[in-house]
Amino acid sequence: MRTISFDGVIVGGGGAGMRAALQLSQSGYKTAVISKVFPTRSHTVSAQGGITCAIASSDPNDDWRWHMYDTVKGSDYIGDQDAIEYMCSVGPEAIFELEHMGLPFSRTEEGRIYQRPFGGQSKDYGKGGQAARTCAAADRTGHALLHTLYQNNVKNETVFFNEWFAVDLVKNQDGAVTGVIAICIETGETVFVKSKATVFATGGAGRIYASTTNAHINTGDGIGMGLRAGVPVQDMEMWQFHPTGIYGAGTLVTEGCRGEGGYLVNKDGERFMERYAPNAKDLAGRDVVARSMVLEILEGRGCGEHGDHVKLKLDHLGEDVLESRLPGICELSRTFAHVDPVKEPIPVVPTCHYMMGGIPTNVNGQAITVDEQGKDHIIPGLYACGEVACVSVHGANRLGGNSLLDLVVFGRASGLFIESALREGIELRESAQSDIDVAGERLRHLNESSGGENVADLRRELQNTMQNHFGVFRRGDFMQEGIAKLAELRGRVESVSLDDKSDAFNTARIEALELQNLFEVAEATAVVAEARNESRGAHAREDFTERDDENWLCHSVYHSEGKKVSKRGVNFTPSTVETFEPQIRSY
Amino acid sequence: MLQVSIYRYNPEVDNAPHMQEFEFDTEGKDLMVLDVLEAIKAGHDSSVTYRRSCREGVCGSDGLNINGKNGLACITPLSETVKNDKLVVRPLPGLPVIRDLVVDMSLFYAQYEKIQPFLKNNSPAPAIERLQSPEDRSQLDGLYECILCACCSTSCPSFWWNPDRFIGPAGLLQAYRFLADTRDTATDERLSKLDDPFSVFRCHGIQNCVNVCPKGLNPTKAIGHIRTMLLNRAT
Amino acid sequence: MVTQVTSFSRSGLSDWLIQRLTSVILLAYFICLAGILLGGVDYSAWKAMHDTTAMRIFTLLAAMSLAAHAWIGLWAVYTDYLTERMLGPRGHVIRRFCQLGTVLALVIYLLWVIQILWG
Repeated sequence: MRTISFDGVIVGGGGAGMRAALQLSQSGYKTAVISKVFPTRSHTVSAQGGITCAIASSDPNDDWRWHMYDTVKGSDYIGDQDAIEYMCSVGPEAIFELEHMGLPFSRTEEGRIYQRPFGGQSKDYGKGGQAARTCAAADRTGHALLHTLYQNNVKNETVFFNEWFAVDLVKNQDGAVTGVIAICIETGETVFVKSKATVFATGGAGRIYASTTNAHINTGDGIGMGLRAGVPVQDMEMWQFHPTGIYGAGTLVTEGCRGEGGYLVNKDGERFMERYAPNAKDLAGRDVVARSMVLEILEGRGCGEHGDHVKLKLDHLGEDVLESRLPGICELSRTFAHVDPVKEPIPVVPTCHYMMGGIPTNVNGQAITVDEQGKDHIIPGLYACGEVACVSVHGANRLGGNSLLDLVVFGRASGLFIESALREGIELRESAQSDIDVAGERLRHLNESSGGENVADLRRELQNTMQNHFGVFRRGDFMQEGIAKLAELRGRVESVSLDDKSDAFNTARIEALELQNLFEVAEATAVVAEARNESRGAHAREDFTERDDENWLCHSVYHSEGKKVSKRGVNFTPSTVETFEPQIRSY
Repeated sequence: MLQVSIYRYNPEVDNAPHMQEFEFDTEGKDLMVLDVLEAIKAGHDSSVTYRRSCREGVCGSDGLNINGKNGLACITPLSETVKNDKLVVRPLPGLPVIRDLVVDMSLFYAQYEKIQPFLKNNSPAPAIERLQSPEDRSQLDGLYECILCACCSTSCPSFWWNPDRFIGPAGLLQAYRFLADTRDTATDERLSKLDDPFSVFRCHGIQNCVNVCPKGLNPTKAIGHIRTMLLNRAT
Repeated sequence: MVTQVTSFSRSGLSDWLIQRLTSVILLAYFICLAGILLGGVDYSAWKAMHDTTAMRIFTLLAAMSLAAHAWIGLWAVYTDYLTERMLGPRGHVIRRFCQLGTVLALVIYLLWVIQILWG
């Protein structure tokens, strides 16, 4: 097996990965990005509404501390306040950098970046009413962001391994990460990509659910690789269900629709969010809105023949606003819902959207493991940023527009930290051939497999199990059933069939490897969801309906070895502002 | 029953490409072409090879030649393309086939990189964003939305004949995106690089690009603007 | 920037402009001739008209336009179809041969026109 060496290797060519790569390339270090798709096909491209940040354009008095307050409250108080402080305070600088790179933001009359209202946003620590803090490029902000980052990586001559798939982590005798095993999809060649710093920016894993806004490629490859290498994951029970996925298709309709004045109605045409969140109404936290929608449906006020969805009304905004502010939504709605939002409301339903959990990291992107005594240890050589990481700025519920900010700020922070670490000199011991062989074992097993079940069938079974047992509302006994189903599924997934063993652009092999990653994510989610005996943020239990700060004001940590769950403290000590103490969360 | 005919070529076993026929039951649903491919790969033949990612028409992975017309499989409904229950899916024309429906897009990306697709502004950046009026920003509408799916360039005869020398509609749309950006100061440098007989002027206004663009963009119009800018610069 | 020694002006813009300018000249010339012919004209009047210096210059201009227009147009056709990409390694030779033939023909035609006009 060939070895290729770099100073820094970034696995994943989405927003976080390319922001980290850009930082490293600019500093002159030999940097490579391994991406299983051409970078502009990454899922960041689908982000619509915007990137939330207190740049004081819409409101000249806006303050990043207000944004921080909203984010802490949105997280249902298990977001780490030092990380949130860092994200909200550094955010404006990161946004202005993007603008200087050429990102085509929409503009205000003054020529500044246009900001729109999004859910969970307030002024003056919740006392000053709705804020408009989400910077937007029409409703194609993710597309504009991702292309801008790719363009600037081209400018800085980052090395791209496009359509290469990272299979597993390589560690050395000290437990430090020394690189990854990767396959060139086009030729089937397997290589060891060696690096002093391996950055996971592999994105989310929404494909563990049957109904998701996520791209086909969101299969949690970083989580899978991490768990197999003994890296723990944090807060995996926290999955955001976006209130407005198009009914039937699952494609996303941005929260920006409600920010621009759209609202949800039930079959009676009632604006039901007025009952659930009298102040913020349709712009309450996403978890709150999603649950309200499910309750409307369960109580028989859903729309359609089966009463299984609600509708998003936009027509009152007028054609001009819709075509200028939400052109992409009009297009998606016409294509996937066969509805013209200028004339009729769009049928929508809560749909799996975002993984708040992930590999625990500090604000420098360094991956963290937790020992038996609950003490944090940095994993040498491994970094994570973006959706795969859990810094944690989103806690139990992410606010709209904070994911793009997360990936830009922490992609950048990882790059900055690795740059300085490389300058000081990173010494990792070489991996032995046996270490590389261990990392290649899964791929070898798959390539030599015979018999076994079809990837697509197993994937469907996995997705249905997650959808039915770990959805918007969860119940202990039902989750235990789900865990049992998953336990039975594990062996079948590990011995999945691979009929096509060819080398040239073998997508069947990639899908089999992805399925195994999905499974790791699903099992971690299931085990931790069953363990957290409370309702907090996106994790809503029918059998534990209250938030339990006494026992669960903490992160959950899942260890693959023995499928153990432990608790980890939340950071309540920001350095420049007072701690935001947990309060009852209402909108 | 839908008759699906898919272009197959595996360099490891096939000497030449061939079409493979599948019978597919849509159960009366108006599926997208990608749904059909996914179902065939899941249920009939896992070796059928194509690219896909977002499945909502924004990532640009699944540009294919569908019943003779380039388009994105994920947002092309059967009702729009199928006549007489026949669906023929081929790779994008004009680029080398790697396997089945997957083409080698290196030449396409090389042309994109050639136009230096990044903002150039040598004045020091301000502490906040560079200001731009909504009118100036609106000049970028219809340009920045390109998803690099290559449907346009691979439907363009000029690009078929000279993919190494003619930038092609996708690259030129992006060239104009930066020429039109009031924040970009490299207009003259950019234009100098385009003033040869191939890069821009191989466009003969055939307009296949406009006809197939899944995002409804108009590269021919952008190319016209570039020509005008070159003309104004020379006179 | 793609440069190609055999292009007419080595600038895409100039080629493009010349192509348009020459077509306008040709259009004007042929409309003029058509007008005269349709108006009814006998051989002596036709010859007398062509003996005027103005008409000689106009005809020469039209002939030169035709040559330039044809060269640019055919050059584009040759570099589209008669290439290594389309014909393999021999493409280069075939294209050069055709280009040479075209140049020769155009130069001969042009000289011939001059000879007819002033000979």
